[in-house]
Amino acid sequence: MRIVADLGKCEGLGMCEAMAPDFFEVDEDGVVDVLDAEPGEEHRTDLTAAVDACPVLALTLQG
Amino acid sequence: MSVERMVVVGASLAGLRAVEAARRAGYDGELVLVGDEVHAPYDRPPLSKAFLDPDGERGAGAVAQFRSEEVLRDELRVDLRLGTRATGLDTTAREVLLGDERLPYDALVIATGSVPRWLPGTDPAGPDGPLEGVTQLRTVEDARRVREALEAGARIVVVGAGFIGSEVASAARKRGLPVTVVEALDVPLTRSVGPEVGVACVELHRAAGTDLRLGVGVAGLDEETPDGPDGRRRVRAVRLTDGTTLPADLVVLGIGVRPATDWLEGSGVALHDGDRGVLVDATLATNVPGVWAAGDMAHVENPLFDGEQHRLEHWTNAADHGAAAARHALDPAAAEPVVTVPYFWSDWYGHRLQFVGTPRADEARVVVDDLATGGGLVVLYRRADRVVGAFVVDLPRVVMKLRRRVLDRGPWKEAVAFATGSEVPTPR
Ligand SMILES: Cc1cc2nc3c(=O)[nH]c(=O)nc-3n(C[C@H](O)[C@H](O)[C@H](O)COP(=O)(O)OP(=O)(O)OC[C@H]3O[C@@H](n4cnc5c(N)ncnc54)[C@H](O)[C@@H]3O)c2cc1C
Ligand code: SF4
Repeated sequence: MRIVADLGKCEGLGMCEAMAPDFFEVDEDGVVDVLDAEPGEEHRTDLTAAVDACPVLALTLQG
Repeated sequence: MSVERMVVVGASLAGLRAVEAARRAGYDGELVLVGDEVHAPYDRPPLSKAFLDPDGERGAGAVAQFRSEEVLRDELRVDLRLGTRATGLDTTAREVLLGDERLPYDALVIATGSVPRWLPGTDPAGPDGPLEGVTQLRTVEDARRVREALEAGARIVVVGAGFIGSEVASAARKRGLPVTVVEALDVPLTRSVGPEVGVACVELHRAAGTDLRLGVGVAGLDEETPDGPDGRRRVRAVRLTDGTTLPADLVVLGIGVRPATDWLEGSGVALHDGDRGVLVDATLATNVPGVWAAGDMAHVENPLFDGEQHRLEHWTNAADHGAAAARHALDPAAAEPVVTVPYFWSDWYGHRLQFVGTPRADEARVVVDDLATGGGLVVLYRRADRVVGAFVVDLPRVVMKLRRRVLDRGPWKEAVAFATGSEVPTPR
């Protein structure tokens, strides 16, 4: 599974970080850093929640 | 009773998240989404932000639709009833009234949100009809009106220095247009974020060159003498209680909203004595079996803040609760209290404002105060020895970490130490 963040869309609102702080962090510039782009399958529930929480639909999970 | 027909009333964010969550939970039965707007659900926050930007910038003038009608109908198998208004609710027969039609349900999610208030004499549905040049900002039609006025270089008066009014003022300043904001309170935003933050917000307006008039109300609106045969009314100026008259081509009202619950009056669904919002418990259940509610019109008990009731007008609240209400409606036995930290954001004059938690606190303390020097601002809210809220300007990195502390009922002292240790200025 791969996390893809569209940094052109991301507005740094941080909902992904709220849902899955181990995988996302809003950085100084106010856009998301993906901390681990290829997480294990066991994290799918948390990551789906994070992807769905993004108000601007900047995140997708592939695979 | 297992659910065979679920009805969701209100086709905006909360309603959309409700139908999505229902299908995701594996619900295979009938799913009806009723909404009185003619559009498929679209996103409101950009309407006062990117939508008003001059052309060439991202999102300008474009409506952010969440999902197309086709996807809703074909993929999510939603019976989509757009342009359709719920007029009443029969909780005994379990039917939603749509004018003459009766729509039966086993499970109902109410998500009709809120509608902005009008100043006396300006409601288009009132006896005098519409007063042109006066608008609110809630729908895409409203946003087009504001955008057109900005493009025409209109003289704009905003009534109410809340978040939406302030965003309109930002959009005007971004185009170099003069704008006046009239606010009845001496310090704006005291109810939603407290006076400490209100004072900081005043500075943001002033620094951007917005003419902010505090502690003064609107005495009345002057109208153009109708010249055409249609005799339509058009605004010319705003008269203030201090005797000033402000000439205006466009008046934008940002004086708050009220829950859109007229259709529920007398239905048996318990409503708030004051603003008529729907009362729900921490699982989003109303007092009527099978009826759940979410979003802008719901007063929800929040276990995180000693069971206090909050009616929030926040995007994330509508999204989270819309989904939870649908899951609970489908499987009430599994319904659990929803614990969320309220969160909203707003964009003013190139600054990002973010708030997490509750402002109802024993103390609000400004712990980082570097706005004047191009840095950020952090205000923390304390209840006893706990941190319960945080207001942050231009420090996006700290917000979700403070949210985590609020969620964990974290100690006040640690939150203060964290916030003061991370005051790296972050220009946007
Ligand atoms: C201009 C603007 C900017 C905003 N900016 C931000 C922001 O920056 N950050 C933030 O957190 N929040 C922001 N918000 C608030 C956020 O958009 C709302 O909290 C959110 O839209 C609430 O969703 P909802 O589904 O509960 O209600 P609504 O979006 O109000 O949707 C309710 C829907 O139900 C329909 N309806 C009402 N009555 C009936 C009826 N009887 N029958 C059928 N349909 C009915 C309405 O027409 C509407 O489509 C903003 C809001 C606006 C208007
Ligand atoms: S939730 Fe979306 S907008 Fe917010 S930081 Fe994450 S990716 Fe960016």
